[in-house]
Amino acid sequence: MGQFMIKRALLMIPTMVAISFVAFLIITLPPGDFVDRIAATAAQDGDRMTDAEISALREAYGLNRPLLVQYADWVWGMVSRGDFGTSFFYSLPVDQLIWDRLGLTSLLSILTLVFIWIVAIPIGIYSAVRKYSLGDYVFTFFGFIGLAVPNFLLALALLYISFRYLGLSVGGLFSPEYIDAPWSLAKFGDLMAHIWIPMIVLGTAGTAAVIRTIRANLLDELHRPYVTTARAKGMPEHRVLAKYPVRHALNPFVSSLNEIFVQIVSGSTIVSVVLGLQTTGPLLLEALKQEDMYLAATLIMFLGFMTVIGTLFSDILLAWLDPRIRRELSGGS
Amino acid sequence: MAHNADYDGQWRLIWRRFRKHKLGFAGLLVTVAIYLVAVFAEFLAPADPNAISPRNTYAPPQSLHFFVTDKEGNRSFQPHVLGYKTKIDYDSGRRTFEENPRKVIPVGFFVKGHEYRLLGLIPTKRHLFGPVKSRDRMYLLGADRLGRDVLSRMIYGTRVSMSIGLVGVTLSLVLGVLLGGASGYFGGWVDLVVQRVIEFLQSLPSIPLWIGLAAAIPASTPPLQTYLLITVILSIIGWTGLARVVRGKFLSLKTADFVKAARLDGCSVPRVLVRHMMPSFASHIIAVVTLAIPGMIVAETSLSFLGIGLQQPVVSWGVLLQEAQNIRAISTAPWLFWPGFMVVVAVLALNFLGDGLRDAADPYAT
Repeated sequence: MGQFMIKRALLMIPTMVAISFVAFLIITLPPGDFVDRIAATAAQDGDRMTDAEISALREAYGLNRPLLVQYADWVWGMVSRGDFGTSFFYSLPVDQLIWDRLGLTSLLSILTLVFIWIVAIPIGIYSAVRKYSLGDYVFTFFGFIGLAVPNFLLALALLYISFRYLGLSVGGLFSPEYIDAPWSLAKFGDLMAHIWIPMIVLGTAGTAAVIRTIRANLLDELHRPYVTTARAKGMPEHRVLAKYPVRHALNPFVSSLNEIFVQIVSGSTIVSVVLGLQTTGPLLLEALKQEDMYLAATLIMFLGFMTVIGTLFSDILLAWLDPRIRRELSGGS
Repeated sequence: MAHNADYDGQWRLIWRRFRKHKLGFAGLLVTVAIYLVAVFAEFLAPADPNAISPRNTYAPPQSLHFFVTDKEGNRSFQPHVLGYKTKIDYDSGRRTFEENPRKVIPVGFFVKGHEYRLLGLIPTKRHLFGPVKSRDRMYLLGADRLGRDVLSRMIYGTRVSMSIGLVGVTLSLVLGVLLGGASGYFGGWVDLVVQRVIEFLQSLPSIPLWIGLAAAIPASTPPLQTYLLITVILSIIGWTGLARVVRGKFLSLKTADFVKAARLDGCSVPRVLVRHMMPSFASHIIAVVTLAIPGMIVAETSLSFLGIGLQQPVVSWGVLLQEAQNIRAISTAPWLFWPGFMVVVAVLALNFLGDGLRDAADPYAT
């Protein structure tokens, strides 16, 4: 197992390098850079910059160098000094801006995953065992709705309902007094009081998908002879369920865990913009609009890393659950 | 002699099986209806979607009435809506609207309104329904910030939103069939490379990538180009799922007897592919493609909603939802959510249709 984990972790490195390159490419490939943005803003204010000024500025920011040199420089700074470049817009080192937000994004994503897990597994089992019951139909109906309503619409609807009928504004992750406060138990409590709304919004689609998967998997297993055997031996029904078919049915679920996690991280970008959360989403959007390349590239890179690490964990979990996979991955190739 | 299903062709069998899938069939009907709306948007929309009317800023939805009572108290049949009695609250600078029972605006079918070309060809002024006098304004679903008719805008938006799904999926399909097909047919290192690329792309969170790429489109880009760029951006990631399916099908069919036979008969590679292999997995591809469209529609809506996808004056559901972005706007005018409702209906219908097609795709399975 230890060998498998090391091997699997080492496999991540090329992926991470590729992610950093893709992130950098996305930001720098399109025409226009931060200096163009400055020049455009200046021109709007009636202050036309000369070409000499523009190229001097570009030199100061290091934007006149070839793309690969800029990339290599950025990566070297990261690896050697933990320096992710400077945010042009905020005139601050990128790493001062991102850690809090990345932390909150990971926390939100993980909580959402746990939420999906807690809600979807029991409902999935119930729906399969009581197939075609009223409850099954109700859950199936909500499942379809959950899959069809885009995250950000749900967030908007929730904003509207809570504003209209409860008279509160649910945006953000903190009450105003805690936003700039240092971390304390009270601030954490405040976070927990706010985080459940984005958690539910983000989790709906995933919950619906997981319910469907588990229901379908379990239905395939419920009529297998081994279930009948267990029942015939006089095992109580709930133990029959928990011990055999449910364990079988959970396996495909674990292997799709990373897909769900990728979707959560991906979806949180938009939801956090709508709900005004202090996570990476709004910062990324702003950085992209300002062509603040190092900030944007670093954020995209870390979101990519997050999903890669999520995949690592789900693979380890799967290998731990299923010896066949463990053998295949550490023995073969 | 009773009809014997054993002699039916494959597509007929698929159709029979599909007919039995009630949700799938309902999904088909709704999908067709929505695409018809997209095609005949100008005819169906009662008003010009870009006609502004400062007096009717955030005017609430009017309800349709059917009978009018004249001065003598006689009731007669005349569909109509009631105009507004507007009050301006000078403290907040907002208008409040009330129905004005004395301002009857008659409404009818096949009325004359703004001019357009039906199907892009036939110039006409007729609209399916609308106010009888073309100078009157009707707001069945309310008005937006500039007093434009939400219903008409939503109908026009159908065209862009639904077609972007189709165009995006077509692009993804081309990429997916080329790369997935190559991967499955040639195997070896081609397969290895394509598979690694797919795995890599699928392990990345797609929305940040889309945002990154879409934000790079300069705001000055002409609308048609933006539209095409957005579809390209969506397909860059969208092809991976389709490629997987195509590859899987190629792998399983490559060794099938009838494919071997065709090859031994001296058929060329394209002929084996198109004539012998395609027909047996075309139905699966159609199902997968249908299931991929909703994702594209939602992605476009999200990007436009964030303000980095399509831009005004293009009208898509996402662009319309931009209006509903802040809490102030949606609390004064909750009817701005209607385009969102259309997104949900379209996504549901396509999902049901896709599910039905997937179940029917293999008519020989029991």
